[in-house]
Amino acid sequence: MAEDMVTTLYAPDAGEEPLLSLPDVSMLKTAPVTRLSFRGREEARKAAGKGFGFALPTKALNAKTKDDKAALWLGPDEWLLLAQDDALETTLSSLEKALSETPHALVDVSHRQDAILVTGSKATWLLNVGIAIDLHIDAFAVGTVTRTLFNKAPIMLWRVSEDSFVVEAWGSFMDYVSGIMIEAAEELKAA
Amino acid sequence: MLLIHCPYCETERPELEFVCRGEAHIARPQDPSSQTDEQWAEYLYLRENHKGIYAERWRHIHGCGRFFNAVRDTVSDKFLSIYKTGEPKPDLDALAARFAKSSAEAKK
Ligand SMILES: [Zn+2]
Repeated sequence: MAEDMVTTLYAPDAGEEPLLSLPDVSMLKTAPVTRLSFRGREEARKAAGKGFGFALPTKALNAKTKDDKAALWLGPDEWLLLAQDDALETTLSSLEKALSETPHALVDVSHRQDAILVTGSKATWLLNVGIAIDLHIDAFAVGTVTRTLFNKAPIMLWRVSEDSFVVEAWGSFMDYVSGIMIEAAEELKAA
Repeated sequence: MLLIHCPYCETERPELEFVCRGEAHIARPQDPSSQTDEQWAEYLYLRENHKGIYAERWRHIHGCGRFFNAVRDTVSDKFLSIYKTGEPKPDLDALAARFAKSSAEAKK
């Protein structure tokens, strides 16, 4: 699942230079993707699953992926729904149809966040420069998704494979987040 | 770093993901217009804020975003109990007694 995700939803943006390219770790900007913030209670969650194509995850900090879509648990009544960049209209209308009878909140936040892929054997080392949670594979399994802080910036972190992570931050915070990591990576060059 | 258990994320997270929002179990009056100024001021501003075992609202603001309640010893910063919003307030005296007993045993 994880590796597929990298190529389908979070494809590296072909028009962008890598932010970082070292033997042990790289940072790549990703191409645009459809992001929908969905909030609702039990009934709305079930309806949203029908409209989206599969049931949204109820297990804390978990992501579900199918075909070229993903549903990420962000809170007990909050999910981030991902789809291909050109699937915004179809995904939105199918969800809205399924949810027409149920109180909920569904917002297009595609352009609120940017994503980068952090990949390599030193990925956790680099992420822990700003993230205070334990990223050892036993504590933070593949498929885990969470919001947390990168120093002062709120981010979303999704482990898509043992050594690759998606980091999403609000557009105006991304330079801060990636900038600190690029600076910290100087230490890897010196080693 | 102080680790706090979030009852919704079902995991421990560093303190910096959380904010404390003051005393828990303060119910908003059902009919605010029936309240005197003194009663309303009491609801808005007056808190126990005592030293020791205290029930507080916490929010996992940089995580799932949810509010929950926690019993904390304001002297040692130890969390004695963490529970979801809507669950009843634990018996603080009983919790304090159990906590005192277990810390006394730990000192032996
Ligand atoms: Zn949480």
